[in-house]
Amino acid sequence: MPYTLYDKIWNEHLVYQQEDGTSLLFVDRHLIHEVTSPQAFEGLRNSNRNVRQPSLTLAVADHNVPTTDRSKGIDDKESKIQVDTLEANCKQFGIKLFGMNDKRQGIVHIIGPEQGFTQPGTVIVCGDSHTATHGAFGSLAFGIGTSEVEHVLATQTLVQKKAKNFRINVNGKLPLGVTSKDVILQIIGKIGTAGGTGCVIEYSGSLISSLSVEQRMTICNMTIEGGARAGLIEPDKKIFDYLKDKPMSPKKENWEKALNNWKNLKSDRDAKFDKEISLEGKEILPMVTWGTSPQDVITIEGKVPNPNNEKDTDRKNSIERSLKYMGLKPDTAAKDIKIDKVFIGSCTNGRIEDLREAAKILKNKTKASHVEAMVVPGSGLVKQQAEQEGLDKIFISSGFEWREPGCSMCLAMNADKLKPEERCASTSNRNFEGRQGRGGRTHLVSPGMAAAAAISGNLDDVRKYQN
Amino acid sequence: MKKFISIKSIPAYLPIVNIDTDMIIPKQFLKTIKRTGLGKNLFFELRYDDKGNKIEDFILNQKPYDNSKILITGKNFGCGSSREHAPWALLDFGITCVISSSYADIFYNNCFKNGILPIILEEEKIKELSEYSHRKEEISVDLNEQKIVYGNNEAKFDIDPFKKKCLLEGLDDIALSLEKSDKITSFEKNLKNNKPWIFND
Ligand code: SF4
Repeated sequence: MPYTLYDKIWNEHLVYQQEDGTSLLFVDRHLIHEVTSPQAFEGLRNSNRNVRQPSLTLAVADHNVPTTDRSKGIDDKESKIQVDTLEANCKQFGIKLFGMNDKRQGIVHIIGPEQGFTQPGTVIVCGDSHTATHGAFGSLAFGIGTSEVEHVLATQTLVQKKAKNFRINVNGKLPLGVTSKDVILQIIGKIGTAGGTGCVIEYSGSLISSLSVEQRMTICNMTIEGGARAGLIEPDKKIFDYLKDKPMSPKKENWEKALNNWKNLKSDRDAKFDKEISLEGKEILPMVTWGTSPQDVITIEGKVPNPNNEKDTDRKNSIERSLKYMGLKPDTAAKDIKIDKVFIGSCTNGRIEDLREAAKILKNKTKASHVEAMVVPGSGLVKQQAEQEGLDKIFISSGFEWREPGCSMCLAMNADKLKPEERCASTSNRNFEGRQGRGGRTHLVSPGMAAAAAISGNLDDVRKYQN
Repeated sequence: MKKFISIKSIPAYLPIVNIDTDMIIPKQFLKTIKRTGLGKNLFFELRYDDKGNKIEDFILNQKPYDNSKILITGKNFGCGSSREHAPWALLDFGITCVISSSYADIFYNNCFKNGILPIILEEEKIKELSEYSHRKEEISVDLNEQKIVYGNNEAKFDIDPFKKKCLLEGLDDIALSLEKSDKITSFEKNLKNNKPWIFND
């Protein structure tokens, strides 16, 4: 029988299956962070349980850490307790931790690949919905709740039921100024935020294989915004080259063995998918979101929708509600939307290629005077690399703040946040109400588009600034 | 975990679609290291104004809905962040049953780990049930029978039999999986042989 890549990974990780299909799946890689793990450890202690395979879990503090000077520690009392708790838990249970002052610290979905902890064909979980990011390596990676984190710690397995197979083909070439962020925004616009519910998405097609490893991560990262828990891409030479010699990648004879195994990780040619859609690269333009759901996308040449054109009442109400929250009038042109802030960072677009892309646009230009802008590198190593390339200088001289790594204004749990009614062009992944601060208004864009918005002071077409 | 068998309550109807977990419990409350105490901040931004005063219009601020155990809501409930704080907040508020036409996967799973029953019903039935919320009349939910009783009507719902069993008996997931310890051990042994790089120690 022909199998999809997802089927194959699933089958290889089955520890046990009940008659009704409820399965115990082995977890090869477990990432934890400070926000969704404390209650899991507390649960272990309360029931006198241990961590089954401490070496298969990697911990990092990212959501709640300050992005300004860290030498004085964390001001916020509650944040500090959470970060300290992670440290104490890792110590007690023997789990490797990248603490706040470790050079390798960063956003959990950036450090996994960076360290080679993320590997093809593995099952990777984390108490965080953007775990789908790691699917770019051809792994089955998905977000779980805290009770499940506890379950993985105690048993190194997870109770799961098999999802459906959904394939999204993207063929052709990326037009100038268009990035993988625009591709995934377009896909979410097309399938809707619940379009992938109950499915694992495999991205394939010539455009997908032409993407770099980091660009693939951006696509898989936002899979959850389309409702699917996991998105994956068949691993290829680019992936293997990327992983070679990473600190936690297989070494010596294990590398050869792993490589032999990884090369077979692909869907069989006649494998059956429950759902399938296709997109052409040439149809994709630079995208922005206008509303409060990632499916609310328009092209930069487009206009904000008019609820009066909607027949479906649910949809009409939801457009009205979003427009009100966003402080936008129907039919406003995207380029007429003035912005107050720019945020470049997050697990979607906080990697070195993202920073290069933004810096390329910003070089020898300055941000509009009314705009506040910041760059938050995805990890300490990304920051270091960017500084070696002099990107920090470009950002700073164009008027951006250059920060310490973390989640920062992607979810605004630390001090970085929008004030009510402030409008932000952001490279993150969620434009939900209040996501970047109570009453804050988020427009999701690619790093290049964020840079263009900073220069123009309004949402703008990155192609205008392309050299 | 607390069992879920049946409940009776006046439902609260929140007709918003795509309610995300940021909306259910915003990030400022994720700094806790406990599972309890989140109920007062459930739907924080819909429930309180900038000064922290209750917004009277919001349904869960009104009597008798402030005591509702059942929440009826728009489709794709619980999308976005995986935070289990969302079901913890619902539970702490007193809501142990949610009725919607669809849920996001992670939220749906998280409910079952906390003794909350998420029921999937078609939109039409949801409209009928929402009338009971408007009229402040009780409805009852019986998990064993898989039915909702409202007035003289009944609506049946589907649920995974294993999830149902766990809720009815309040079973501890981890204990159940640990009964399979032998199987996990032999899986690990095979893994060490076939894919030694996974352990990489
Ligand atoms: S950067 Fe944002 S989306 Fe990514 S892990 Fe951090 S908070 Fe979540």
